[in-house]
Amino acid sequence: MKAFADLLERLAFTPGRNAKLALLEAFFRAVPDPDRGYALAALTGGLETGQAKPALLRALVGERVDPELFQMSYHYVGDLAETIALIWPARGQPRDVPLTEVVETLSDAGKTEVPGLMARWLDALSPSERFALIKLVTGSLRVGISARLALTGLARIGTVPLEDIEELWSGFTPPYAPLFDWLEGGPRPEVTARAPFRPVMLSTPVTETDLPSLNPSDYAAEWKWDGIRVQAVSEGGLARLYTRTGEDISDSFPDIVERMRFDGALDGELLVRRGTEVAPFSDLQKRLGRKSPSKAMLASHPAALRLYDVMVWQCEDLRPLPWAERRPRLEAAIAGLAEDRFDVSERLPFDDWHALAALRADPPAAVIEGVMLKRLDSAYTAGRPRGPWFKWKRDPKVVDAVILYAQRGHGKRSGFYSDFTFGLWDGDTLVPVGKAYSGFTDEELNKLDRFVRNNTIDRFGPVRSLKAKLVVEVAFEGLNRSTRHKSGVAMRFPRISRIRWDKPAEEADRLTALTDILDEAGQ
Amino acid sequence: MVALMPEDFTDLLIPRPEGLFCAAGGFFIDPVRPVERALITHGHSDHARSGHGAVLASRQTLDIMAIRYGADFAGSTQVAEGVMRLGEAEVSFHPAGHVLGSCQVAVTKGGVRAVVSGDYSRVANPACAPFEPVSCDLFVTEATFALPVFTHPDPASEIAKLLASMAAQPERAHLIGAYALGKAQRVIMLLRQAGYDAPIYIHGALQRLCEYHLEQGIPLGELRPATMDKAEAKGLREAVVIAPPSAFASPWVQRFVDPVIGFASGWMQIRGRARQRGVELPLILSDHVDWPDLTGTLRELNPEEFWITHGRDDALMRWAELEQRRARPLHLVGYEEEAE
Repeated sequence: MKAFADLLERLAFTPGRNAKLALLEAFFRAVPDPDRGYALAALTGGLETGQAKPALLRALVGERVDPELFQMSYHYVGDLAETIALIWPARGQPRDVPLTEVVETLSDAGKTEVPGLMARWLDALSPSERFALIKLVTGSLRVGISARLALTGLARIGTVPLEDIEELWSGFTPPYAPLFDWLEGGPRPEVTARAPFRPVMLSTPVTETDLPSLNPSDYAAEWKWDGIRVQAVSEGGLARLYTRTGEDISDSFPDIVERMRFDGALDGELLVRRGTEVAPFSDLQKRLGRKSPSKAMLASHPAALRLYDVMVWQCEDLRPLPWAERRPRLEAAIAGLAEDRFDVSERLPFDDWHALAALRADPPAAVIEGVMLKRLDSAYTAGRPRGPWFKWKRDPKVVDAVILYAQRGHGKRSGFYSDFTFGLWDGDTLVPVGKAYSGFTDEELNKLDRFVRNNTIDRFGPVRSLKAKLVVEVAFEGLNRSTRHKSGVAMRFPRISRIRWDKPAEEADRLTALTDILDEAGQ
Repeated sequence: MVALMPEDFTDLLIPRPEGLFCAAGGFFIDPVRPVERALITHGHSDHARSGHGAVLASRQTLDIMAIRYGADFAGSTQVAEGVMRLGEAEVSFHPAGHVLGSCQVAVTKGGVRAVVSGDYSRVANPACAPFEPVSCDLFVTEATFALPVFTHPDPASEIAKLLASMAAQPERAHLIGAYALGKAQRVIMLLRQAGYDAPIYIHGALQRLCEYHLEQGIPLGELRPATMDKAEAKGLREAVVIAPPSAFASPWVQRFVDPVIGFASGWMQIRGRARQRGVELPLILSDHVDWPDLTGTLRELNPEEFWITHGRDDALMRWAELEQRRARPLHLVGYEEEAE
């Protein structure tokens, strides 16, 4: 448990992605089987957890610590697992409790045995190990890394490409002994997963200036929809819906999964669709992350798939075929499926780039992000190869906003104020509408840092409140209504596209610049 | 018939807005405003302020005050030695184990003794003399870390964390935030005790106090000013730089490329506090008693009553209630808990 607890602690405090990957790699290299396998399961959400509920732990600690002192402590610390880990009186003989012991013992234990087991482990462990144990058994690891990042770190212990691991991933079960063996030079395992996830093909961005070098007749074009990219796999009687990183979201979308009456693997965009009308991303967001959506939610926010591709059909792997041959197979494939839930992404007619540019400039729906270009001869290749598939996004929307707060950055930006909160005018006041920490050069970062230091009104820890002076042009990809933000709007991917040293704060945009966009889109 | 009334200590000590006042001796202990006569427990700026008429403190505390405020920080000064008579009270100073020169103040009158501990610690600290338990009727304690979640780990294991991180990422300078008096020297001494003998870089704000520790025979080893330029900073390997936490907000830190930011403080025990400060390497190192040491000290001294100057007095009052001990919160204003 010690190595796992150390890993969780370091991951929680390490800001950079590369540093996190290095920690994961070191962990998977150093820790023996089967402990590392169970750790991998915990990090990727593949561990059967939830044996000990928070109420059980509170009762255990209540037998050992005065409830008033516990309450004061909990109030101060703010996290139940951390409070229990710190306050638990060390009584037992310290010993290492391997992750394997916890996982395997709990899976065999009856419900009444759990409190006794937990108490004995908590007695034997150090505070950071107790924290890891509690997070593990309550099933809320929340260590700030995704399953994909865990697999990326894992891939570094060997030479097997990440895509290959992902292809087989869903066929393994904890503690993944054949997987580790494979990564460390053993044979590629024969995995007989049912309805496995297969690595997705991704596109690279393209701009107007790149286009003249491409031949329009080599490409097919489609709308780029603002939903989430998914893979619908139905094989051997088992239906699964995966995100593009292989996360299984079947439970959240029973309305799709129960209608996947086919045998194959399809690639498409998950949307909320009412009749022919595709709803904005924020509608889809209401469905994401809900394990079992209510009947009312299923009725008011019906999910649908707009299909881009067919990867496997009736046991035949179609990925090596060129796009132009896969496309008719896809059209044939969906013939028998529910029309209100499955349709094929429309192919856009165009003769030259000007014609496509005109379509892109005026899409028929607000939830279209731009256009996709796919080479007619392209095989379906995992990863993000440059060339076969391009995304040509609509130009981002921009507003001129005033910088209100600045926060110091991490790592290479240590000591620099690099994270900015900006606001727009609402009446006479500036309302914060978002945060941006990219889009400027190192030289501009120096100037921004100097501006922050010379224009500070107040400090709250690492945050400085600034004179409302500096206007920046903020580019963003989309807007949603939000009840969590004071302004009532939330931007997607905001970044600073230009610093307007010349522009007075009074001339910055008003909040209505954003709400008008939402109103127009009918949101 | 003699009524079994609890002792009334207000003749010996009484809280006033300026700080704890001893009427029998006509002095304040650690007053937060200028007074005629002040007894100072230690050199932290919230306890040791300038502008008093006469100051009585340990030699080292007086030296530290002179370094911080200049030689004329008080009308007159006197070094505490042995048992001293002040008015009707007898006064003596005893090590508190908090920072160099830190002392508890014992005040006795008519056979009744009060001990004002200032800030104190029971963990061995290579940069100062250890806490001396002094039996007393009234013990005046701090309560900075008086919550049962604070059980500070062994300092050697925290320093091992730092050394392991330096070895794993030798190209990243390790910048450790530590307050200038006490914590900085303690981190340096812990590194030395762990066998780290390379030069340690210090921010300019630490220089005079580190020099003073060297003069006082604390073997801090070779210290170098952290005033190198960007190119030089980049060439450092397995380097550790100690700086006051405020320095991380100044452009001084920009000379280091992708440093590991650490912070040595008892507050680092709470993850949220560490994250709030943007700390990548929290080091749980405290100059104050944690919960077990605080409650252990109260049990060991077993005073008839204890008073709480500042900190989490609500939790400590609850503990006193459970233990059936007489206690009183003073709610003294002006002592900082954050600066630890």
